Amino acid sequence: MKLAVLSGKGGTGKTFVSVNLAAAAGKATYIDCDVEEPNGRLFFKPEGLTIKTVAVKQPAFDAEKCTGCRKCVDFCRFNALVFLRNKPMVFSEICHSCGGCMAVCPSGAVSETEKPVGTVECGRSGDVRVITGCINLGEPSGVPIIREALAGAPDTEELTVIDCPPGSACSVMESVQAADYCLLVAEPTAFGLHNFKMVFELAGLLHKPCGVVVNKTGGEYSALDDFCRGHGIPVLCRIPHSEKLAALGADGQIAALDDGEYAGLFQILLKDIRKEAGL
Amino acid sequence: MKIAIPVDENRPESGVCSSLARAPYFMLRDTGEETTEYIANTAAEAQSGAGLKAAQIIVDSGADVLIALRCGQNAADVLKAADVKIYEADNFGAAENLAAFQEGKLVLMPQFHAGFHDRR
Repeated sequence: MKLAVLSGKGGTGKTFVSVNLAAAAGKATYIDCDVEEPNGRLFFKPEGLTIKTVAVKQPAFDAEKCTGCRKCVDFCRFNALVFLRNKPMVFSEICHSCGGCMAVCPSGAVSETEKPVGTVECGRSGDVRVITGCINLGEPSGVPIIREALAGAPDTEELTVIDCPPGSACSVMESVQAADYCLLVAEPTAFGLHNFKMVFELAGLLHKPCGVVVNKTGGEYSALDDFCRGHGIPVLCRIPHSEKLAALGADGQIAALDDGEYAGLFQILLKDIRKEAGL
Repeated sequence: MKIAIPVDENRPESGVCSSLARAPYFMLRDTGEETTEYIANTAAEAQSGAGLKAAQIIVDSGADVLIALRCGQNAADVLKAADVKIYEADNFGAAENLAAFQEGKLVLMPQFHAGFHDRR
């Protein structure tokens, strides 16, 4: 079962919930798709790391063969190519590696080179396989790295937790696509609800069943619950704002491994998710 | 000499458009021929690389000079490579800026912004 853990707003506790669910499951795969700040590894401290470089394709132009017909420049929907001094030139951070310029070139002047954009680390932490996507500094898109990280997800009943990036943009869509179930981690605040609605809409567009974990409860804010009730979204778990959890987190500890109460809470949550997802 | 200016409207009284990439038109003044034409900016609707495409349109127009309020780094790279000089607009109207440029009152744009890309 592939479980995507997401939230619109950052800092609601995606990584906290993801790491604890994978730890509570015992045998599981944890995939960190939050490639700009992959923090799950700080808790799992995986060992026996293998590191794979992720590269994207970029066009290279053969000045000898190029006739200056400009077909490639006109074709590029991303406007990543410009035509200067009768030759095409690529702006690599705009290029989406679609290969279109190579396909339309009538004189075979376009070839592809590889440009590294990040890495995928694989290691183990007890019985949990830990896969971490890391983007290189300054790269604009994490999508190719997320794709590579997700390729390590087994197609079995065993739990795979996909720790998604925050927000509701392309990198989140890429992370969620293969998931059987979406677990939305929400914070009971006005800001939390606002971004929760966006990610809930995204899950709906992708036809993913979803449930909610309300994290850091304890304040007086009922609008999140009202919204969930009104839209028939099951609230599977509520985690109180607690000093103990904050201290464990700050110390890089996994609550479900450290504390019997939290181990129980996450095991029950996992059981409820499996029931909801029918897996 | 050909001078390009991003404008809000395709008429001489138009103001300089605050955006280069998203300007509806570029005014192209040919000081030798004393003609003015307006080029529709097809980059304005682009979802990606609008600055690059706008710069391409300006380069293709044969402009030697661009007068704008601001310019992104990518567009500036293209324009520089094509030897188009970028001057900073100093007045509201396109016509006033043209006059100021010809009197030597405009200065080269000192800096370029990193772009307003809504990243993937």
